[in-house]
Amino acid sequence: MVSTTEQRTATQVGPRKGRSPWADARRRFLRNKAAMGGLILLLFVAAFALFGDVLAQYSNEELDYMVMGQIVELGGPSIASGHYFGTDDLGRDLYARTVQGTQISLAVGVVGALIAVIVGTIYGATAGYVGGRTDSIMMRLVDIFMAVPYMFVLILLLVMYGRSITILFVGVGLISWMEMARIVRGQTLSLKGREFIEAAQATGVAAPVIIARHIVPNLLGVIAVYTTLLVPLMILTESFISFLGLGVQEPMTSLGALISEGAGTIAYGTTWQLGFPLLFFVLTLFGFFFVGDGLRDALDPKDR
Amino acid sequence: MALLDIDNLSVTFDTDDGPVYAVSELSLSIDRGQTLGIVGESGSGKSQTAFAIMGLLAGNGRTAGSVRFDGQELLTASKKQMNALRAHRIAMIFQDPMTSLNPYMRISDQMAEVLTLHQGMSKRDAVAEATHMLDAVRIPSAAERIRLFPHEFSGGMRQRVMIAMSLLCKPDLLIADEPTTALDVTVQAQIMNLLADLQREFDMATILITHDLGVVAGFCERVTVMYGSRVMEEGPTDPLFAKPTHPYTLGLLGAVPRIDDEDAQMTAIVGNPPNMADPPSGCPFHPRCDFAGDDCLTMPPLEPFAEGRARACRRPVEKIAP
Amino acid sequence: MLTYILKRIAIAIPTLLVLIVVSYVLMYMAPGGPFTSERELPPQVLANLNAKYGLDQPLWRQIATYVWNIVTDFDFGPSFVYKDRSVNEIIAQGFPITLTYGVLSFLLAVIVGVSLGVAAAVRHNSALDYAAVGVSIGAQVLPNFVMAPILVLVFTLWLGWLPGGGWQGPEYWILPVIALSTSFMASIARITRSSMLEVLTQNHIRTARAKGLPERRIILRHALKPAMLPVISYLGPAFVGMITGSVVVDIYFSTGGIGKAFVDSALNRDYAVMMGVTILMGTLTILFNLIVDILYGWIDPKIRF
Repeated sequence: MVSTTEQRTATQVGPRKGRSPWADARRRFLRNKAAMGGLILLLFVAAFALFGDVLAQYSNEELDYMVMGQIVELGGPSIASGHYFGTDDLGRDLYARTVQGTQISLAVGVVGALIAVIVGTIYGATAGYVGGRTDSIMMRLVDIFMAVPYMFVLILLLVMYGRSITILFVGVGLISWMEMARIVRGQTLSLKGREFIEAAQATGVAAPVIIARHIVPNLLGVIAVYTTLLVPLMILTESFISFLGLGVQEPMTSLGALISEGAGTIAYGTTWQLGFPLLFFVLTLFGFFFVGDGLRDALDPKDR
Repeated sequence: MALLDIDNLSVTFDTDDGPVYAVSELSLSIDRGQTLGIVGESGSGKSQTAFAIMGLLAGNGRTAGSVRFDGQELLTASKKQMNALRAHRIAMIFQDPMTSLNPYMRISDQMAEVLTLHQGMSKRDAVAEATHMLDAVRIPSAAERIRLFPHEFSGGMRQRVMIAMSLLCKPDLLIADEPTTALDVTVQAQIMNLLADLQREFDMATILITHDLGVVAGFCERVTVMYGSRVMEEGPTDPLFAKPTHPYTLGLLGAVPRIDDEDAQMTAIVGNPPNMADPPSGCPFHPRCDFAGDDCLTMPPLEPFAEGRARACRRPVEKIAP
Repeated sequence: MLTYILKRIAIAIPTLLVLIVVSYVLMYMAPGGPFTSERELPPQVLANLNAKYGLDQPLWRQIATYVWNIVTDFDFGPSFVYKDRSVNEIIAQGFPITLTYGVLSFLLAVIVGVSLGVAAAVRHNSALDYAAVGVSIGAQVLPNFVMAPILVLVFTLWLGWLPGGGWQGPEYWILPVIALSTSFMASIARITRSSMLEVLTQNHIRTARAKGLPERRIILRHALKPAMLPVISYLGPAFVGMITGSVVVDIYFSTGGIGKAFVDSALNRDYAVMMGVTILMGTLTILFNLIVDILYGWIDPKIRF
């Protein structure tokens, strides 16, 4: 029964509007309820990160001396006090801090994913395009890199070279490019045999130009999907490191650092300190996962 | 009583885009030891007929009508009853030998489990018997090669293994679904000769499903021609091929290149097979039929018109042809 | 099979060497060095310290000595912070604990994950299937450092059923093991389910059905092995994830495993311990990947020869 859909397109006569693969993908994506839900979640989280400060009654650094020392009794979430999400253990406004934490986490996620994708795409496209010995050596190196527990190396880096946010951004990206490189290499290999690439080679176009002009644009779909799926992984990595107190340093904060603080104080009954950062953490991750899955289904329908 | 009696069988698949009619009101029967060919283009419903007999339809498939094997109704049989028949009394060979064997199990294990299950043999006896059967399908040095994995065999050899596996319990009925389509032409002939020899030797009824008319001509006593989920024409092979009366059969034969008649023009049937999610009303062939008229907009019944032959057509070729 | 294993080992050894050399070079290039932390040391003291730990030697020689001691005696040298403790002692203290809950978590994740995935695939589109999919999607966003506080909140603070920290007996193992295994269990269940669903549509499964085999036998004998291949490829990353997650468990549940030693040494800038833990974890990972590769070859006859 597999062939019925092909037959149908064949029996349809009369003019049909040519649909580009991208338009097709967009239609599939828009029809995917989970993906649209994810997109709405992401828009909400992004709006919160960008414009949340407008609603804040306090800055993320000032200590509210009214509640200090009595956080459990007075520091809870309340509209009246202006601490919508309550305060943290030092009396700082948790709403303002969650806004900042979301900003940092999103930034680390996006920047880290972009670094991983750029490095991985260049590496994978080169290996796949050049092929032969170079390819097998490059991919064997990836095998070797993948067998290393990177979290430890990253922490090693952070400790030895100072806990700067730049190292965190770059490091998180640099430990995640290998999977991308493998995917891109596989796709490049299959693209390489196609006529338009051979035509470009025959007319004497240089290899880097072919990679940049012909290979990479044809990989955009795959790259888009994996970037979206990498962002939450980057956020997870950053949060993990910040949870251990080795990531983002005070007075800056991230969702992972806030979760860590909240987790450390739940024994005193200040559950909101864990709850609100956790809520935004979970919403962000869900958003990216759903949108990423939706993109994959939309761009790669055979997967369904 | 016929060994297999199919009466008014319909197979429908529920899909997201509505029902797809794979087989409609199909009736046929086959006696012990007989050979029947089911011929048609892909999508005509011939394979789904086989799967309906075996109870192997996809999960969204529904059946109506009746399929009786040796008096037992199969469409409503329980899973357990079907399992007792499968491979034991009704065996099936599939189209693609490259993927139909389990790539992760040794041939010996795959074959032996049929015998241990259906005949209660010990593992050792079962492997010995399986080796015999590999000999019978002319696989050289079967005793050693039975220990191998499928990927260590060529396509033709794998189909021989499939055949050997299907014959282990000496079934009453063998269904061969395009057994040679995926093979090289030279190997095709070998496999068909082997099947013909084994069919005679084991005296089993055989249903051969194929789109290759040459294969049918050499193998089957009777032929059923299917198109768009329905039977178009049926009858004994030789007269049916010599004097086709249904326009579709005629077209099908016209699409076969002939070596013996250099002058004969090879003609293809114009158009495409119907979309079975939205089949044409009446005779499914009428949109492509040169002889169609308004009376073809209702489905004609399958009616006998000569010795052993029947057709479903109001405008058969013999009436029109000079 | 033997050549296959040898080939894998031939990859594993350079991987390990790369890891050791890279860690050492990173430390060597780090600004300051291990002893320039809070207060300024007199140059003479610093020189003595460097000489004592062999840090005054040329780089290649330091690395050679370091590697040689690891290879011959499995000796990671002395701690840079605790004068009378060796890295080996510090690791040996926590390792059995990490191993205990690590192995338990791993087994739990694999056994429950695979069973759940298979059950969901076999009962495709049933309530069980939807529940399994729902749980595994939910658990995607519940990594160990999120699970840990939630578990403590519910089972220790609200219900009071289980201790929220320490390592004094089997009841102390439960929360760490659950916290560490949940997200991996969910991933394994998801991978198993989708790969099982795919295998069940393959032609050779139809052949097995046509042979009249009972459903149970089809699942266990014919479908499970090929369905396990993607799961086995995931076990390597899962192992790394669990090793990494053990750090969180050790910190949050005060279990006393080597994760604690690692974070303490990170905060103390005790490079020797950090490198020791990193290299040990790397070794375990590489060994584990070797086992995974062999397992893969055992299941897939096309790789074996």
